[in-house]
Amino acid sequence: MSLASLLLLADGRLPSGGHAHSGGLEPQIANGRVRNVDGLAGFLRGKLATTGLVSAAFAAAACADVTRSAELDGGLDARTPSPALRKASRAQGRALLRAGRAMWSLPPIGREPHQPVALGVLAAAAGLTPADASIAAAHGLVTGSASAGVRLLGLDPYAVHALLARLAPECDRIAAAAAARAGDPVDDLPAAGAPLLDIGAEHHATWEVRLFAS
Amino acid sequence: MHPELHEHDPDEVPHTHPEPGVDPHQPLHGGPRALRIGIGGPVGSGKTALVAALCRALGEELRLAVVTNDIYTTEDADFLLRNGVLPEERIRAVETGCCPHTAIRDDISANLDAVEDLEEKLGPLDLVLVESGGDNLTATFSKGLIDQQIFVVDVSGGDKVPRKGGPGVTTADLLVINKTDLAPMVGADLSVMDRDARARRHDLPTVFLSLAEDKQATPVADWIRGLVAARV
Amino acid sequence: MRAEARIVAAGDGRGGTRLAVLRGESPLLLRRTGRPADGWATVHLVGGAAGPLRGDELRLDIEVGPGARLEMRSVAASLALPGRPAPPSRLTITATVAGGGVLHWLPEPLIAADGCDHIAVTRVDVGEGGRLLWRDDLVCGRHEEPSGSVRQDTMIRYGGFTLYRHELAVGPGAPGWDGAAVLGGRAVGTLVAVGVGLPAGPAGPDAAVMPLAGPGMLATAVGADIRTVAGALDPLCEQPTLAPAV
Repeated sequence: MSLASLLLLADGRLPSGGHAHSGGLEPQIANGRVRNVDGLAGFLRGKLATTGLVSAAFAAAACADVTRSAELDGGLDARTPSPALRKASRAQGRALLRAGRAMWSLPPIGREPHQPVALGVLAAAAGLTPADASIAAAHGLVTGSASAGVRLLGLDPYAVHALLARLAPECDRIAAAAAARAGDPVDDLPAAGAPLLDIGAEHHATWEVRLFAS
Repeated sequence: MHPELHEHDPDEVPHTHPEPGVDPHQPLHGGPRALRIGIGGPVGSGKTALVAALCRALGEELRLAVVTNDIYTTEDADFLLRNGVLPEERIRAVETGCCPHTAIRDDISANLDAVEDLEEKLGPLDLVLVESGGDNLTATFSKGLIDQQIFVVDVSGGDKVPRKGGPGVTTADLLVINKTDLAPMVGADLSVMDRDARARRHDLPTVFLSLAEDKQATPVADWIRGLVAARV
Repeated sequence: MRAEARIVAAGDGRGGTRLAVLRGESPLLLRRTGRPADGWATVHLVGGAAGPLRGDELRLDIEVGPGARLEMRSVAASLALPGRPAPPSRLTITATVAGGGVLHWLPEPLIAADGCDHIAVTRVDVGEGGRLLWRDDLVCGRHEEPSGSVRQDTMIRYGGFTLYRHELAVGPGAPGWDGAAVLGGRAVGTLVAVGVGLPAGPAGPDAAVMPLAGPGMLATAVGADIRTVAGALDPLCEQPTLAPAV
């Protein structure tokens, strides 16, 4: 693999629209479930074990075989009951393709794929492995929400990065488990759901005033 | 792959390169695209009121649409709707995740998607106005997002704002000094502002505006008309 | 303990539902309840023993034919218990609903007692034109006790396509399950509806009804206890057009 390309893909500064998504954190802050770094830790652990595992597995699967993109996209639809989260995932997939088109040569996979599928396709075009795609997905998921926590709650950025460092081994473990299943039939890929993220996203979508797109 | 870009070393990981002619800023459907003008400036300087005035002035003669980046998702769009200057389908609001400058400068993807959606839904457009969220004097638009940018300051911030400079005041293609009708009340000296703006901006134009007196924002609308005409 | 139960509901050709097969064994005992009316058959699961306990291997197969209408309920919550050291207990439910058939699966909650290790596998296939209400409620631990481990693994297909694919893990070994992303509380309920309209949108502070990407809806509720979940989901199961006549 090319470590530098992987770092590019995983960098929060990649212009792929991620900065405007809190990964479901904004509604959980609004309803008082996340107030501090401990609350954020519980949020991130649960998110990593659920949507983190699913995103990592689908990114790895798309990277392993980009011709399965459409099928994988359908698999994510079936795993994403919230219309607001499907929309957010597709918006981020589209933005990722926009960045990816400028960086590498991408096969045509539709205009608005789910974000993990787009990530896997970018990883493949960059010459990365399914395991790379998997870790980029898991890493992006936790760091995106963590950054939103810093902005929304004014959390101490050192405390948040200390938390991210504590979560790094878990992130590696989840990504490895996800990558190991990259070749599985779509119905057998991880499907861990997070009911509260679904509910929060549906409420968030009805707000008149919100700072993050999701 | 583009062999002309570089030779792949034998030990290099196989990877791809961008297709020739691929431009991430262009709408996917290709074809001519609208002139994109960014409108930035500090909170309360009158960006949204200026956008509303421009819609009134230009809405009949140009096919136009607006993308807003208010930190509160729909506030600006609602303002435009309430004022009846633009139908709803011509306005798109973009969430910026507490970072209005990021959305117009560092990660412009959501704004490009919004522009692309408008052009796709409404057909060919002449002009898209991209209004930034209220930010500070350092916020400017990426050239990947817009063709020209307007920076709006107002006299109530004090007549030293142009002297202070900052990327917005210094480099914007048009500087609008707004709310001149308030100048006597806040003790702002317009001649000082004019002199300082010239010193900071050299040949770049600056206009004074009072939307209370000029509801069509004539000098700004004329500047835009000139840009649109120059593209044809 | 190993146990199997099987139900085959068939249309009787006169608008009614005939139970062609109704066979169970402890702890999966089945009883037809109520009077046949409006074409529905109602069957209750009657717990024949404590459990499931670790090591139990339970299987329930449900088949709803064209024109048949089957409502399944249970007389009491089921309580997953630790039992002896053994592999996880497993309950596998398969259901097929033919076009023109209707299945309501509306059991009482599953309670994950401290120390339990239970896997619930659900596979439902609905043919085109079939209708389904599928409810699953889970309570994580009895009153003031930690939750045991429960893993739910659910797949609902419609017309040959996977409509809803969901796994949920709670208890020790499920990181962050009680945090602000997964449950944020100790109770959760889901209701999948196929061919049955539910009012989409937020449904109370911790509940939402969501149109799936395919032809179906999901209502989800979380709460500190099962009452809040029931408060959000029960009304959705009790719409007059859905309920069998008593």
